[in-house]
Amino acid sequence: MFTVSPVVEASLRRVLASRVVTALASPRPVDHYLGALHPLWRVDEVRATVLGLRSETADMVTVALAPNAAWRGFQAGQHVQLGVAVDGVRRIRCYSPTNAPRDGDRRVDLTVKRHPGGVVSGFVHERLRAGAVVTLSQAAGDFVLPAIPPPHVLLVSGGSGITPVMSMLRTLLDGGHAGRVDLVHFARRRADVPFARELAQRAAEHAAFHLHVVLTGEPGASLTGRCEPALLDAAVPAWRDAEAWVCGPPGLIAAVQAARGDARCRRALHVERFVLPPAPAGAPGGVVEFAASGRRVASDGRTLLVQAEAAGLAPASGCRIGICQTCRCRKLRGTVRDVVTGALSTEPDVPIRACVSVPVGDVAVAL
Amino acid sequence: MQAIAVPVETLPSHIDGVSAAQIDAFGRDMDALRRRVVADLGERDARYLRDVVALQARAEVAGRVLLWLPLLPPMWIGGVALLSLAKILENMEIGHNVMHGQYDFLNDPAFDGATYEWDNTCPARQWRHSHNLVHHAWTNVVGRDRDVGYGALRVTEEQRWHPRYLAQPLIAVGLALLFQWGVALHDVEIDRVARGEKPVRRALADLSEVWAKARTQLLKDYVLFPALSGPLFPLTLLGNAAANLARNVWSFAVIFCGHFPDGVRTFTEEQVRDETRAQWYVRQLLGSADFQGSPLLHLLSGNLSHQIEHHLFPDLPAHRYAEIAVEVRAACARHDLPYNTGSFGWQLATVARKIVRFAFPSSARPALATA
Repeated sequence: MFTVSPVVEASLRRVLASRVVTALASPRPVDHYLGALHPLWRVDEVRATVLGLRSETADMVTVALAPNAAWRGFQAGQHVQLGVAVDGVRRIRCYSPTNAPRDGDRRVDLTVKRHPGGVVSGFVHERLRAGAVVTLSQAAGDFVLPAIPPPHVLLVSGGSGITPVMSMLRTLLDGGHAGRVDLVHFARRRADVPFARELAQRAAEHAAFHLHVVLTGEPGASLTGRCEPALLDAAVPAWRDAEAWVCGPPGLIAAVQAARGDARCRRALHVERFVLPPAPAGAPGGVVEFAASGRRVASDGRTLLVQAEAAGLAPASGCRIGICQTCRCRKLRGTVRDVVTGALSTEPDVPIRACVSVPVGDVAVAL
Repeated sequence: MQAIAVPVETLPSHIDGVSAAQIDAFGRDMDALRRRVVADLGERDARYLRDVVALQARAEVAGRVLLWLPLLPPMWIGGVALLSLAKILENMEIGHNVMHGQYDFLNDPAFDGATYEWDNTCPARQWRHSHNLVHHAWTNVVGRDRDVGYGALRVTEEQRWHPRYLAQPLIAVGLALLFQWGVALHDVEIDRVARGEKPVRRALADLSEVWAKARTQLLKDYVLFPALSGPLFPLTLLGNAAANLARNVWSFAVIFCGHFPDGVRTFTEEQVRDETRAQWYVRQLLGSADFQGSPLLHLLSGNLSHQIEHHLFPDLPAHRYAEIAVEVRAACARHDLPYNTGSFGWQLATVARKIVRFAFPSSARPALATA
């Protein structure tokens, strides 16, 4: 893509987003025409080119992205929804950028851990190449640093939970933060620690940054074991007085919360959870949540349309045999089976036809 | 007319004349065919849609630019041709098919069947009701499918003759010229309001929705784009009108060839009560007609040239209908069911003949009562 000055780019986007241009393009969005001329040209939608991929560990890869001008930037610790087309089908997953945001630079690095059988992570690791175009949401989330960071920052992470914390660490150290920063990272083995060389180098260069890698699967390591007060005492003696940011598996978060609670810490504890999609249940049953109307019912195994009506809702419906699409709605999470084709839908946030979909386990739909 | 296994007229007048065994076997074949296609959906369909949208959007931008400053006659003609092509592609191969949910599996919000809005005076919401539900679920059921004659024309003996039908050849020509307006007013159901079957209040609400959509369409084609041309505004306005007219006549011709050629059957509400899925498939087959032609003709028709396949599988991507048609025809041959197809010219000629013939009272047989 050729480069234009930010001023020209901004005024061009203002013109394209204007009421006149919108009326000229209507009823199609302006993006309908822009997108046909160049895959990155959009007024509203964030699209990004893959600049390159860099392997961090055996199962983690960092994807460097250059978003278009619709991108409004991010704060260290926030997350974005990455959209990739896998066999033509758009799939969305949540990742936290790992680089430090910089003024005037739109670059975003996402570090993706490969999950066994993961559709998106598998695609990113095996098939995503430099030059490909992906979609991004705007950044969101309040797991961020304050404008003026506290004198002692404690970062605790486990596994891929290091990703938002890495962005915070880079932001603090690159921004010349004067206070103390401790990073306590939990990994199974040394080879599983991403950014290991950079972390060691930064620890050597910055006297105020202290790195503590806890290896839970290597008993001989200098730091090992679970996240308990004794371990924290050994690593960061002043951990009770630090403002803390924790991201990792539920067990780690619970352990830090318990330790901080017992110690009656007065400093804030910030938590970020990566919730994994639940595995589909094998049998009918489970809970159907009609999110738009706030109703929850125990599933009786019939179609979502019938169950919604039985729950007193009046969703739009038409032919009731899967043809007319009148009952189409978004499934927010969970698995449904198409009674016509037998196909299972496990993806979050996809459209389904309520009249031919039966829940498999817990399901939430926007009805 | 070519290659019709059995002329439809030789079937007994009731769908039960087709044996239950034929219906079941055909239904099983169609279910299996559907499963095979669904399992194969993916990158190929995404690429096809992207390519057609790129062609449509580029044709529209180029057409609008030529009609902006049509300094030479060939520029005006080229502009009209490109804008006509863009409107035809957008309405048929993109809009109609996307609004059927054919590309919902891509999970792309830009081509989401429930929210897509097309370049036509008809609001997409009303189209989804009158077309996807009333027409596709009730295909050719007289008294239920409002596409049987569009509430204005008599196209089957099962519609009672009335002197007003004498004017229908003229009405058909008018409908062809103003087709998008006919489509826009279709779901307002003025005839049902006149009969007291639909509350005036609801019709007025529908009408105001039509006006809100039509106003933006009129503003774009007849005010804003001409205004950009300065002193050449009459040429731009005429060019935009010509492109809308070309799209109207073309889509009228394609759509009338889908259900009105000779041999297409209509049904009564009695016949479709408690219909099974297999019976539904057979009704779609008997109630629709294909036409043959070049790949370009299929593209410009939005693949509605494969109307039978579209009615069997309205939510499968239409660019696959040509392949699906091979298997549907083979299944028809296997189960001794008719398959109505012919050249575009022939099918259109039989439609024209039918519109003229049914303008007059039917001679021999008394009209069947409709429920």
